[in-house]
Amino acid sequence: MSTAAIAHPKSFWREYVFSTDHKTIAKQYLSTGIFMALVGGLLAYVMRMQLAYPGQAIPGYGTIDPQSYNAVVTMHGTIMIFWVAMPILLAAFGNFLIPLMIGAADMAFPRLNMLSYWIFFLSTVVLLASFFVPGGAAAGGWTSYPPLSGSAAYSGGQWGVTLWLLAVAMEFAAFLMGGINFITTAINNRAPGMKLFDMPLMVWMQLGASIIFLFSVGPLIAGAVMLILDRVAATGFYNPATGGDPILFQHLFWFFGHPEVYVILLPGFGAVAEVLPVFSRKPFFGYRMMVYATIITGVLSFIVWAHHQFIAGIDPRLATAFSITTILISVPIAVMTFAFIATLYKGSIELKTPMLFALGTLVVFLLGGVTGIHLGTAATDIYLHDTYFVVAHFHYTLIPPVFFGFFAAWYYWFPKMFGRMLNEGLGKAHFWLTFIFMHVTFIPMFLLGFGGHHRRISNPQFFEAMQGPEAERLQIIATAGAIGILLSQIPFVVNSVLSLLRGAKAPANPWQANTLEWTVPSPPPHGNFETVPQVYRGPYEYSVPDRVDDWFPQDAKV
Amino acid sequence: MLRVKEAYRAGLYAGQPFSAPNIFQTSSSQHQPAGSEARWRCRDAAHHANEDRTVMRLSRHLLLFLPPLAALALVAAGCDVDHARTTINPVTEYGRAIQDVYVQIFWWTVAIFIVVEGLLIYAILKFRSKTESHEQPEQVHGHTRLEIAWTILPAVILIFIAVPTIRTIFAVAAEAPAGALQINVTGHQWFWNFEYPEYGIRTANEIHVPVGRPVDLHLASGDVIHSFWIPRIGGKRDLVPNRTNRITFTAEKPGHYFGQCAEFCGASHALMRFDLYADDAGSFEQWAENEKSPAVAPEDPKAREGATAFLTAGCIACHRIDGTPAQSRIGPELTHVGNRDKIAAGILDNTPENMARWIHDPQSVKPGALMAKLELTDEQVDAIVAYLQGLK
Repeated sequence: MSTAAIAHPKSFWREYVFSTDHKTIAKQYLSTGIFMALVGGLLAYVMRMQLAYPGQAIPGYGTIDPQSYNAVVTMHGTIMIFWVAMPILLAAFGNFLIPLMIGAADMAFPRLNMLSYWIFFLSTVVLLASFFVPGGAAAGGWTSYPPLSGSAAYSGGQWGVTLWLLAVAMEFAAFLMGGINFITTAINNRAPGMKLFDMPLMVWMQLGASIIFLFSVGPLIAGAVMLILDRVAATGFYNPATGGDPILFQHLFWFFGHPEVYVILLPGFGAVAEVLPVFSRKPFFGYRMMVYATIITGVLSFIVWAHHQFIAGIDPRLATAFSITTILISVPIAVMTFAFIATLYKGSIELKTPMLFALGTLVVFLLGGVTGIHLGTAATDIYLHDTYFVVAHFHYTLIPPVFFGFFAAWYYWFPKMFGRMLNEGLGKAHFWLTFIFMHVTFIPMFLLGFGGHHRRISNPQFFEAMQGPEAERLQIIATAGAIGILLSQIPFVVNSVLSLLRGAKAPANPWQANTLEWTVPSPPPHGNFETVPQVYRGPYEYSVPDRVDDWFPQDAKV
Repeated sequence: MLRVKEAYRAGLYAGQPFSAPNIFQTSSSQHQPAGSEARWRCRDAAHHANEDRTVMRLSRHLLLFLPPLAALALVAAGCDVDHARTTINPVTEYGRAIQDVYVQIFWWTVAIFIVVEGLLIYAILKFRSKTESHEQPEQVHGHTRLEIAWTILPAVILIFIAVPTIRTIFAVAAEAPAGALQINVTGHQWFWNFEYPEYGIRTANEIHVPVGRPVDLHLASGDVIHSFWIPRIGGKRDLVPNRTNRITFTAEKPGHYFGQCAEFCGASHALMRFDLYADDAGSFEQWAENEKSPAVAPEDPKAREGATAFLTAGCIACHRIDGTPAQSRIGPELTHVGNRDKIAAGILDNTPENMARWIHDPQSVKPGALMAKLELTDEQVDAIVAYLQGLK
């Protein structure tokens, strides 16, 4: 498709609100996601304050009763996974990067893309509205297991859970449209000369994530609709009193829920995979192996879900099968990790802010990865299931791709997105503060988990064992760390705002990178490419011998 | 803030409904031996962690540069948090089976973590660009044999993890041996009912098992999903409506063990606890003999007044006291409630004051509980308390 076919909108509404331009839609997803991250962060603050100083008034919130505490826990998890990780990593960066990286003028279905965002926006409104309905927001945990979530009698609040389910179902319908768009675009709209194995790894990861999402989300949407019907139409899908089976929901939820982890993880790793070669001036080590590992991860992610149900009383033969698949999935992840390390090896590493965040992703994720082995094997999961060890584990698993990966992408592609450079000093301060406080927050949770402190406890003082000075000290340290993480985002906000207003103008290719998005002006114009680029080589040809430049753009003729 | 905290602990805030010192000041002495033992074992683990640090000396900068690495050593030492709920100090075969495989996996993962994180940090530190020289790195795209090797290596390590894991999965899922004592456990928001079919006993929130005889717990739920967990004995295993899950273990020495619901089950999930007493055979039989006898009609006039109030004021709608017209099974069984150490599912010590407080306003102790706040006078409450306390 030539750029001439792209209509250039004139009105404000068509250009900035109901835009079909993938870059504008990406920014809409991004801003919504960042706003929701703020909401989720504040909920974390309320939660941590209650745990460190139970029963006392929380500055800016007041005292919190158990029902509201449960709602805060539920909404924090829901928002961070579904309304932060998904829109930012998948929707925002997928939208922005896929067409630019494959040399396309826009997404394959621009109007579907716009519809996807606005349905997502609506789902956000529904979710936020649920805080203000009688009975408060959903308080059944982010997994919303019935029967607890199936009836107001069990979890309080008639409307909270119903709105929660509605919002989740709507959001997933939105991302389904986005996913179809991503897949079609990456398969069909690549620039001439770009073979599948010439695609940047970020595109592979987005493609992988979209396919995983596409195949896993159906059962969950169906599951959510059945649960809504149970609540409002007195059907009996999960209601034990009418012969329903609550375990069915667990299967439907986790059949989606575990692949979802990789839906989030892959784009985060994709950002890392783009940044590492650029800032070590080396080709990506084992590009094809990386692609195969992505595909294998995707396939395996569909057959691990029941490890969330080891203690629900599943047959030991099933537990064995799922234990094996679960620990097996660490093989492709290990392959990816080794490929990252080998890319660094003998490179010329420059620790610019995007690189710091990319490396931070790996350094931190490793602890999440190895603690996953503790939980993935059914025998030891019995120990640690539902304790703070799990909480620490999944924060160590998800924060690296979701936040470190996002920040790596933010610092790396900000010049392309907004046409301005970010300040390096503030960026580095942002990294180190976030990195340090991340450990201050979550390492105490490993210790508390070993100590038997389990999750979703509105007040640790209910347990004499949790009243010891050690346990209390750990709670206070974790809370201080959480507040530290929140405050560490000040340099990020200041840096972004100041750079948007007064940052140095970004050149087209500030990092001297190879991929196609760096061949167009920053920010790229509507329609992206002046002429359709011709691709001659893979994305990571750095330090090619006998060339003056140590980079070799994908579309450069020899 | 710390000072506020101390004041809080000292009970200055005791007027608040959830004031911990007020509710939970007891019973830590019972846990002391267990706790100190746990602490000793953990010190041992910390010692090992120290030894392992020599391995970490891949690079001089390593520890300084790498908080997560130090963190893992901390995790190893982490059970220093001294308490009875620690899972790392089992007293049954069931618990030890898990403990053994856990320790193996723990050290495997420590080794993996140190090696991989070490390589990563080494690469980062070693290959930082020297701005002056600006040497071009060698152009390498991959190395097939190396890539195959690092695919196979983790797979091999995982075999070492998988084999003991699978063995343990079957060990802890085993059926109870013949002659095991069957106990039916039903979870409710937020209390536990226990039934011993062999003895015809019904009781609540306090479970007694004989030392040396395997028990066969049949786990079911009356409402939402709960999970049975006694950290030092066994579990977790879920209680699911319409299903019966089973768990079996054998208590090895007499003692008092703490139990707790481990599956999020609503507003007062944190307040769904229970206690397990492992009794030697003699005292277990004695306990069982007493439990299966119906309640004795009270002699004391105040308690008689309470018995009448119990039957007329509304308590009868939910509770059962064997030997009286109160036969409802909605709430916890009360036939010998006077014998129990705790009330309200392990939340309050069983004293007349606490019981009066609970009956006066259940919601202030356990928010969301189904137990109604009945319009009772102080005299009525005192009489009911006298009656219930007499149900030995």
